[in-house]
Amino acid sequence: MDTITKKKASEKNPKTMRVSGAEAIIHCLLAEGVDLIYGYPGGAIMPVYDELYKFQDKLTHILTRHEQGATHAAQGYARVSGKVGVAMATSGPGATNLVTGLADAQIDSTPMVCITGQVPRHLLGSDAFQETDIIGISTPVTKWNYQITRAEEIPGIMAKAFFIARSGRPGPVLIDITKNAQFDELDFQYEACTGVRSYKPTPKVKEANLELAAELINTAKKPFIVFGQGVILGEAENELKEFVEKSGIPAAWTILGLSALNTDHPLNVGMVGMHGNYGPNVLTNECDVLIAIGMRFDDRVTGNLETYAKQAKIIHMEIDPAEINKNVKVDVALLGNAKETLELLLPRIKKNSHESWRNEFSLRYEEEFKAVIEKDLHPKKEGLTMGEVVEEINKASKNKAVIVTDVGQHQMVACRYAKFNQSKSNITSGGLGTMGFALPAAIGAKMGAEDREVVAIIGDGGYQMTIQELATIYQNKTAVKIVVLNNDHLGMVRQWQELFFERRYASTVMTNPDFVKIAEGYHIKAQRVTERKNLKAAVQEMMSSNEPYFLEVKVEKEDNVFPMIPSGASVSDIRLK
Amino acid sequence: MEKKWFTISVYSENNVGLLNRISGIFLKRHINIEGLNVSKSEIEHVSKFTIVVNTTEDWTRKIVAQIEKQIEVIKAFYHTDDEIIYQESALFKIDSHLLFDERQIQNIIKESNSQIVTVSREFFVLAKTGRRHEIDEMHDELEPYGIMQFVRSGRIAVTKATMPISALLNQYENEK
Ligand SMILES: Cc1ncc(C[n+]2csc(CCOP(=O)(O)OP(=O)(O)O)c2C)c(N)n1
Ligand SMILES: [Mg+2]
Repeated sequence: MDTITKKKASEKNPKTMRVSGAEAIIHCLLAEGVDLIYGYPGGAIMPVYDELYKFQDKLTHILTRHEQGATHAAQGYARVSGKVGVAMATSGPGATNLVTGLADAQIDSTPMVCITGQVPRHLLGSDAFQETDIIGISTPVTKWNYQITRAEEIPGIMAKAFFIARSGRPGPVLIDITKNAQFDELDFQYEACTGVRSYKPTPKVKEANLELAAELINTAKKPFIVFGQGVILGEAENELKEFVEKSGIPAAWTILGLSALNTDHPLNVGMVGMHGNYGPNVLTNECDVLIAIGMRFDDRVTGNLETYAKQAKIIHMEIDPAEINKNVKVDVALLGNAKETLELLLPRIKKNSHESWRNEFSLRYEEEFKAVIEKDLHPKKEGLTMGEVVEEINKASKNKAVIVTDVGQHQMVACRYAKFNQSKSNITSGGLGTMGFALPAAIGAKMGAEDREVVAIIGDGGYQMTIQELATIYQNKTAVKIVVLNNDHLGMVRQWQELFFERRYASTVMTNPDFVKIAEGYHIKAQRVTERKNLKAAVQEMMSSNEPYFLEVKVEKEDNVFPMIPSGASVSDIRLK
Repeated sequence: MEKKWFTISVYSENNVGLLNRISGIFLKRHINIEGLNVSKSEIEHVSKFTIVVNTTEDWTRKIVAQIEKQIEVIKAFYHTDDEIIYQESALFKIDSHLLFDERQIQNIIKESNSQIVTVSREFFVLAKTGRRHEIDEMHDELEPYGIMQFVRSGRIAVTKATMPISALLNQYENEK
């Protein structure tokens, strides 16, 4: 295979060693700087687990309670640390249980390497016990995948896997390894991969386009920035801040861009998209230049494309050429890594402040505050709102926590109201909307950022999709804080039923178990809050605990999340109620 | 946007899984692959896929971008019929008695520039190489007499413009 390789300078012993394929896998992981992986054993991967046992002082394996949990934990780890997350599973059902996490990592561009065991080469294609075509199954949901059938392939393919997972637009890679390749021996020597000839991870920024973009930005009267996760993945947070401050351009974020710019930055005007803020959505259709940075114009962001920012010239900074003109026709495409592009663009940008234009955002914020935010954060009614819980967490964490959210109403509320003063702090399943993501992802996040507070905010529905990971938390004493916002409903679906299906609540009402008892069953400290007067103290107690902690908050059963762009509507038709 | 015929040429590293990956890109968008041919290319160890679709240019452009994004794909292009030189071939299996009983069959064979590949007591086989519409025309002419079997190959095409694949690969070697 045509890959460029480079000897690892740090490799003390460049001499080859004779090892089994299984041991070689461990050496590859160590050479890539991996010291923590998530997984679940089984027949076809046992030789590797046997080596994990021998190398446990160098490489920690966390046994999740389901392979899906292993993938989400690896994702959470990757998202907070910027490193590649690693998950491992056996063949057949172990491998198929990885599919949701792969799809999630693929759509949210998360660097992850999954390793699966496979039946021995001579049994391939024979419908052997626990044989499944995981290469075929995982092809649409991986950036790359490969089946190793010979031990000698291991070092080269593993090096390539890590390179592909983390370079350019990151993504998941799956390596399937037949059992014979794990048992067989090879002469092992590791060389890190630095390039694959058919793969261009980072396109070069074009000077001419930079000039065009700068010209548009400098002459704009109502410019508007929308940034996404590309800023975080490209580690362009400082450049973004400088760009925003120098140009004076109001900046909004997609759900995955959240935390790339401090939430209390005066030019941070909030979230775009279906449940985003009022101003950024409405003013998308009034700006004259829209500067999209590391985002992909997802339909949850754009609403109806026919009426999306039609009046504006659009500049798109993006690393993936396939995203250019995919959903929205752009006027200037700046292909490249966000950091490099912004660095090159900055000297060409004139200082400005755009005061009256910024004021438009403030006015819209006031409107939204009166109609929505005030009621969410300082409710006058008896029932607890999700918003006030998030606000209480902000206070107790001083905006420093990593917030991991699941999918549903609580996710939208948390992303709307959580405050961040550090990047890589908002971990959520954006593109796939995977219920069950948060609990395992929080485990990974805590392990990837041990000195930080990690709070998982989860709905009563999604919590029960991966609730078994409480055992992983207990076994590893992972000090995550788990907050279940219990509305006894699949709230987001119920909201749609209320608004668009005449309140026919088909299968969205849940009779829930005693979540506190369940947590206690896993030996996790737990508390339930049903009244406002107990909320503050409970959140404080949770946050000051050094151990895993579970907090259930009984919130209003039928609250809705607003603002909202009904699906298919225009961003400027966002509803405040 | 109107639908047109496009020929997509993909230069790639040889890889077992790549065809699956590429066909998935079409499948996802419900775009039918009208013709597919995989062969070696002018460059050693580099394969060439020639894929024919009938869709809008916008979709074709997006698909080509998605194909090119795949790790093992070196470069992908799309062209309209007038930008390429192309051929398809077809085989027609026909009942042998028609060859002798139907005068018109002889004329069709002559006029269509097709070759008789084999003749047996039961059937004979005609091979025709040409552009798509020529094969279609011949098919239409033979159909009333009865075609026992028909098969058409994938398209093979070369572009009128140069394909800078070697240059691309050299550039890569130089950068490293
Ligand atoms: C795995 C999965 N299944 C179904 C859905 C569809 N879905 C989106 S939100 C939602 C409700 C979530 O309910 P809950 O976890 O209680 O959160 P809430 O909306 O009540 O805050 C559902 C069913 C999904 N996103 N993921
Ligand atoms: Mg709920």
